[in-house]
Parts: sequence; C-alpha cells; structure tokens
Amino acid sequence: MSEVRFTDQHEWVRVDGDEATVGITKYAAEQLGDVVFVELPEAGRKVGAGGEAAVVESVKAASEVYAPVGGEVTANNPDLTGDPAKVNADPEGEGWFFKLKLADKAEFARLMTKQQYDEFVKGL
Amino acid sequence: MADTNETLKRTPLHALHLELGAKMVPFSGYDMPVQYPSGILKEHLHTREKAGLFDVSHMGQAFLSGADPARALEKVTPADVVGLKPGMQRYGLLLNDSGTIKDDFMFTKLVGEDALYLVVNAGTKDGDFAYIAEKLKGIATLEPRPDRALLALQGPAAGAVLERHSPGIDKLTFMKVVRCTVAGAPAIVSRSGYTGEDGFEISIEAVHAERVARSLLREPEVLPIGLGARDSLRLEAGLCLYGHDIDETTDPAEANLVWSIAKRRKMDRDFPAAERIMDRIFNGTPKKRVGFRPDGRAPAREGTEIANKSGKIIGKITSGGFGPSLNAPIAMGYVDTAFAADGTEVDLIVRGKPLPARVAPMPFVPHRYRRAI
Repeated sequence: MSEVRFTDQHEWVRVDGDEATVGITKYAAEQLGDVVFVELPEAGRKVGAGGEAAVVESVKAASEVYAPVGGEVTANNPDLTGDPAKVNADPEGEGWFFKLKLADKAEFARLMTKQQYDEFVKGL
Repeated sequence: MADTNETLKRTPLHALHLELGAKMVPFSGYDMPVQYPSGILKEHLHTREKAGLFDVSHMGQAFLSGADPARALEKVTPADVVGLKPGMQRYGLLLNDSGTIKDDFMFTKLVGEDALYLVVNAGTKDGDFAYIAEKLKGIATLEPRPDRALLALQGPAAGAVLERHSPGIDKLTFMKVVRCTVAGAPAIVSRSGYTGEDGFEISIEAVHAERVARSLLREPEVLPIGLGARDSLRLEAGLCLYGHDIDETTDPAEANLVWSIAKRRKMDRDFPAAERIMDRIFNGTPKKRVGFRPDGRAPAREGTEIANKSGKIIGKITSGGFGPSLNAPIAMGYVDTAFAADGTEVDLIVRGKPLPARVAPMPFVPHRYRRAI
C-alpha cells in the first residue's frame, strides 16, 4: 500500500515499504513549461531531506529538484535522459525522477498530503 | 509581487493576451506574455514552420525631424544614415561618448517624408530618447510615439498571410518599408524582424492594434508567440539581446558588430569615440563575442563561466539556452580572443562541473530573409 506526499518546493514522493519514488508535481511541470533536459542523481548517492538532488531545465530556465526525504538513491529514470518531455506528459507517473531507500519514515510523515498540497497550490 | 505588478505598464494588446491564456511576466517595465498555452517549444517551431504573431508594442517608436535628421542622427550612430535610400530600413548602434553601446535600434527613411522613423529597445527607450534629444538639440527634434503599437508577423507563411490583409505587401523585400493599410488600419510595414525568419513588423495606432491582431490571429497559419520563443528564436539566429549580449560595457569591435559601421563612417571617423573604436577594429580587442555549441543536452545559461581546457576562466556566457529547431543547447558570450576561433574546444562551468563545448559560427540556424522576389 503506497502513499504520496508533497513538498512546498513542488516535489512529490511516493513511499512503498522503504522505497521512495520522487518526481515533480503537475503544477511544477506546468510552471516550468517544456522540459528539455534533466540531470539525475546516480544510484548510490546519499541525499538529505531538502538537499539538492536533481536539476530540471525548460527552454527558459533551470530549476533544482530537492529530495523530499533523505536516503540512498537506488535508481534514476533512464527514460528521461532521451525523452525529457515525459516530465510534461506524465509528471506524477512515467515522468518520475529517482528512487531512494527511505532513511527515516518520520520525514515522510511531516510532508503535505494531497489535500494539503492542493490547498497550498490554490493559495499561490 | 502584487505591488510590482500594479506598476507595470501594459501594451494595447494586454487584454487580448489574457484572453488568449498567456502567462504574463514583467519585462522591461511591462506586463508581457512569456508564452501562450501552446508553450515555448511549439511556439518556436511553429514560427519557423508557418507564422507567429508577436506583440512588440513595448519597444520605443519615435520620429526624428529637422533640417537634415539623417545627418543629425549620425552624431550618435556609426551607421550610414545619410546614404539610406527612401523606403529602406537599417540596423544601427546607438553609441555613448566613450564608444560603448547605449542601445541597438532600427531606423527608417519613408518614401516622400523628411522625418526618420526609429524603433529602439523597450528597456532603454526612455534613456535613449532623452540622450538623442539632448545630443541633437538645436539640429533635430525627437518625437516619441507611445500612441503606436508594434506587431511582428514572422515565419515562412508571413508573406501569404499579410497579403490577405494588405494586398501587394508580399512584393516588399527584406529591409524595405512602406506606409500602407493592414486590415484597414493605416500602418508602417517593414519586411524585417528579429527571428531570422522572413516576416514583417507592423506599426499601427494603438487604437487599431487589437482589431489588427485579431484579424491576423484568425488566419489558420498564425499562432500568438510570447517572449520565451522570441528569445530562443533570436538566439538561434545569432542576434544580440540588448542588456545581455551588448551593453554600455561593450563596444562594436568586441561585440562583432563592426558590419553595422558604414565604410564612409570608418573613413571619416566622425562618430562617438571613433578613434578608439577604429583602433580596436584594426588592432583587435582582448575579448570577442562568439557562439557556442555545448556537447550533450544541458543548456549553459547567462552568467555561465567559460574555461579553457586547463581550467582557466576565459570568458562568460551572455545568452544561453536550448535551441528548439536544433534540438540542442546553444549559447553566445565573450571569450579571450585567443579562444574565439570556430571549433575551439572550451568548457562551460555548469553547476560547478565542466561541460565540454565548441566555439561555433552564428547564426546557429540560417537566416531565411526574403532578399528577392
């Protein structure tokens, strides 16, 4: 049984057991516009919660993607390197960025639920 | 954010941009569309394939009148203004007293009219107009025309589209200008633009702007295009963006814009800081503006440092991003002249890591101006 939570930096993280999958939200993808390049963390890299983990670039700008929770990166999405437009096409599905082994479940529990995030976006 | 938005100026097409679903951003003191719902990538490619309509009403339009406005204007630009034939437009640099670039602009001699028609950049227009008026005091009078809107229709279908609203206009060739009507509105139309494509710039009274824009947007070939695609189009075309690629710290020699200095002006040395600029043309400059093609897909943005292969910093990127028509990153910037030759291998320092790139000729995408019928 997986659960998805959100950050105020517009990342989503889905946790299944101790595996966390991270990407950017639909709102973030829309704000960025057409994604032309992503830089993803390699497996084995340790990231802290809120630390810079990836970079996403649209035609007009580069943005950092932060790790919503800390842990060790176990995989990155190989499809995004050749087809970064997947981030726009399906940001909260096939456009995922990387997976990591969750270090501390409490970090996950502190993030926004879907309902809280939707409210947050409405206020922007 | 709300506070700054309230002070932003609006073009006559502001309401239309909102109606079209544009994402608005502050640019040069104006609330301008950066993109419409189709997005920058599609807007860019559509302009190169068919036609795009741009609102460039934020740019500064003015008329310069006097006994000999062409001779007068040569006091502040090294371009050949006096030799410009009626019905023609030309690109020029506005120089300050030390010979660095105060702005770049277009000037036009209309058939049967004594006054020159000028178009300068939005962010610099107030300063330019004050500078020109001051420098030419007593010999010419500058009349800014904030009552006029400016539209650009760019792309290979622009000629066929505009012909439907201004019969005969498609016979105009590159850099020619006429007064005519567009969709019934009195207009000054030039066959020019800033995308590298064939196209037109259409100056009309602000009151007609929305109606004319709607008429052009109703054509099946035409999409509205925002500033995002305008920037990627001009970068692919190797054209400078004032305030980024050229400014008051750069001169025509290092900016590689010596082509805009007329031969007669070089001989006569009668433009601002002519001796200094001529010395730099003949003896070279320590740095030069060149193009770059990074390897891979990562763009190198404005401000990115350029290093040689030994890691020494040799320059800086002034415009950089992704070229949708090339499906690859492109950039321009200034490097030490020793590294300015095409093909020179350099590193662009992106997020602390060296990104291999090569100096590359510009334009990155060949210009497709309508030079002959």
